[in-house]
Amino acid sequence: MKAFLDMGGYAAFIWPAYGVTLAVLVLNIIWARGSLRRALETARRRSASSGGNS
Amino acid sequence: MRWTWFHRLASPPYLYGLAARLTPWFAWPAALLILGGLFAGLVLAPPDYQQGEGFRIIYVHVPSAWMSLMVYVTMGLAAAVGLIWRMKVAHAIAASCAPIGASFTVAALVTGSLWGKPMWGTWWVWDPRLTSELILLFLYLGFMGLRAGFDDTQRADRAGALLAIVGLVNVPIIHYSVIWWNSLHQAPSVLRFGKPTIPGAMLAPLLILLLGFTLFFAALLLVRVRAEILQRERTARWISETLSG
Repeated sequence: MKAFLDMGGYAAFIWPAYGVTLAVLVLNIIWARGSLRRALETARRRSASSGGNS
Repeated sequence: MRWTWFHRLASPPYLYGLAARLTPWFAWPAALLILGGLFAGLVLAPPDYQQGEGFRIIYVHVPSAWMSLMVYVTMGLAAAVGLIWRMKVAHAIAASCAPIGASFTVAALVTGSLWGKPMWGTWWVWDPRLTSELILLFLYLGFMGLRAGFDDTQRADRAGALLAIVGLVNVPIIHYSVIWWNSLHQAPSVLRFGKPTIPGAMLAPLLILLLGFTLFFAALLLVRVRAEILQRERTARWISETLSG
C-alpha cells in the first residue's frame, strides 16, 4: 500500500494531478445540476405567479 | 422527410424532454468507465520503462486535453449552426459547452504542468503546444465574458457565436503544434493516423477513459442545455405545462 501511494517517487505529481481532475469532474456535476435547479426554481416561481389560475 | 429529425431537435420542448430522458443513459456508463479506467490506469497498467510510475499522469492529462478540444469543436459547430440557421437551441448548446470546456482546459494545463516538472524539469514553458492550449482557455473565458456582457440573449448568441467560430482555427493549431514546431511536448501517440505507438496494456485504460470522459460531457451537456432552454423560453406556455404536469 505504501509503495502504491509512493508511486515510485512521483507521488507529489501524480496525486495532485488525479486530485485536480477528480475535482473538475465532481465540480462539473455540481455546477450542471445547480444551474438546472436554479432554472427550474425560477421557472416554477414564474409560472406560479403568472399562470396560477389557468 | 429526411430532415424531420433536425426540425424536431430544433424545437425547445422536444429537446428539453429528450435531454431529460437521455441523461442517465450517458451519466451511468460514464461513471463506470471513468472509475474503472482510473483504477486500471493507476493499478493495472505496467510502469513505463523510461518514466516509471510518473507516466500515469497520462490517464488524467490526455482525457482532459481531449475534452478541452472536443468540447470546443462541439461549441464552435453548434454556434455555426445557430448562426446559419438561426436556431435557438444550437446557441443554447454552444453556451452550455463553454464552462465545461474551460474547466477541462484548466485540468489539462494543471496536469500537464504536474507532468512537466518531473519529466522536463519545468512547470511551464512558452512552448507552442502549451501556449496554444492556454489561448484555448482564454477563448472559452472570452466567449463566456462576451455573452455575459449582453442583456439581450439574441445579441449575446450572435456575438458569442462569431468568437467561437473564429476561435476554431486554434484547434488544429493545438493538435499539430507538436508536429509543426519544435516542442518539448511529445507528438501524438494515440490520436494519430495509423496505429497508436503505446502498448495495449497501457493503451486500454486510456481508451476507456477517453470514452468515459466523452459520455460524461454528453451527460453534462444534456443537463446544462435544459437549464439554458428553461431560461430562454421562460415566457413559453409549454414550460408551465411541463412543470405542472
